[in-house]
Amino acid sequence: MTYGNFILHDKEYHDFQVVLKKLLGDAYARVVFLVDKNGSLLATAGETEEFDTTSLASLAAGNIAATGGLASLIGEKEFSILFHEGERDNMHISVVANRVILVVIFDRRSSVGLVRLRVRRAAQEIETILQAVDANAQQQEEAGIEELTEDDIESLFK
Amino acid sequence: MSFINYSSREINCKVVYYGPGLCGKTTNLQYIHRRMNPEARGKMISLATETERTLFFDFLPLSLGEIRGFKTRFHLYTVPGQVFYDASRRLILRGVDGVVFCADSQLTRMDSNVESIENLRVNMREQGYDIDKIPLVLQYNKRDLPQAASVSELHALLNSRNVPEFEAVATTGIGVFETLKSVIKLILIELKKGGK
Repeated sequence: MTYGNFILHDKEYHDFQVVLKKLLGDAYARVVFLVDKNGSLLATAGETEEFDTTSLASLAAGNIAATGGLASLIGEKEFSILFHEGERDNMHISVVANRVILVVIFDRRSSVGLVRLRVRRAAQEIETILQAVDANAQQQEEAGIEELTEDDIESLFK
Repeated sequence: MSFINYSSREINCKVVYYGPGLCGKTTNLQYIHRRMNPEARGKMISLATETERTLFFDFLPLSLGEIRGFKTRFHLYTVPGQVFYDASRRLILRGVDGVVFCADSQLTRMDSNVESIENLRVNMREQGYDIDKIPLVLQYNKRDLPQAASVSELHALLNSRNVPEFEAVATTGIGVFETLKSVIKLILIELKKGGK
């Protein structure tokens, strides 16, 4: 897994969007986003324009990595759920299938109990989509951008 | 591990700046942040102590334009260089696509450079990477200081793989973009091979 690339196709991307949109509505959340453990943003739903989603994704991944490190120090495999309570907004962060991070930001219109409940169901659906991503990767064995030339790479720096 | 999104036509790659404490990793990112077109870079985040020593990481997202219809995004991270932050360094290396090893050219820092590159080797191996294959670039920073070792000395000590190496003065930007371009090229060449 270390060297293989994570390749997301239209279908799985849209499937993620559907799950996130449903979670957004069901949990009365402000914004929901899905991040891989390296901090890349996979999909979002909700009031994303109000947030710096790239930074949020990176810090959420850092947060999970740091608490994962803490967990292993006390003999736990992982702390799979983190909850941060703010004055106005709260953040619920959970690890799904040990691979991706589901972040839900919500305010007083919702509650941590409700978010937790809805996240559990969404996590199952995300896990199923991840299995499809893996199956696709195995079937197609594609390199993604194998047609890339040296000139293409050079063109980035012109 | 690069992330390729065919739906939004995006390629995301992770670059980590590694090296001993005070070698100039954060300064590299700060210079890139200052000089990049604001449309091409995101916000720089520094998780640092009150005395501005990196505590966890610095983060700078860059969008470098399109190749073959794919937007290329590079996430630059630094590690905390101080020896006792090793646990954090290991975490930041997860999912890395390319490494810039930033060495401090001062003669008095040679031991720290060697210790740090050895530490990189150990931590990469622990994350399941082959240090002899991962895209790697060396930067010999602080070339302007009078106590700087010669490039041949630095090469002999640190560059056993004979990877691209650059002289730099990160405070004024000398060598900063050359280093960045070099690691990005190596990452894309690796991606072209299919990341296998």
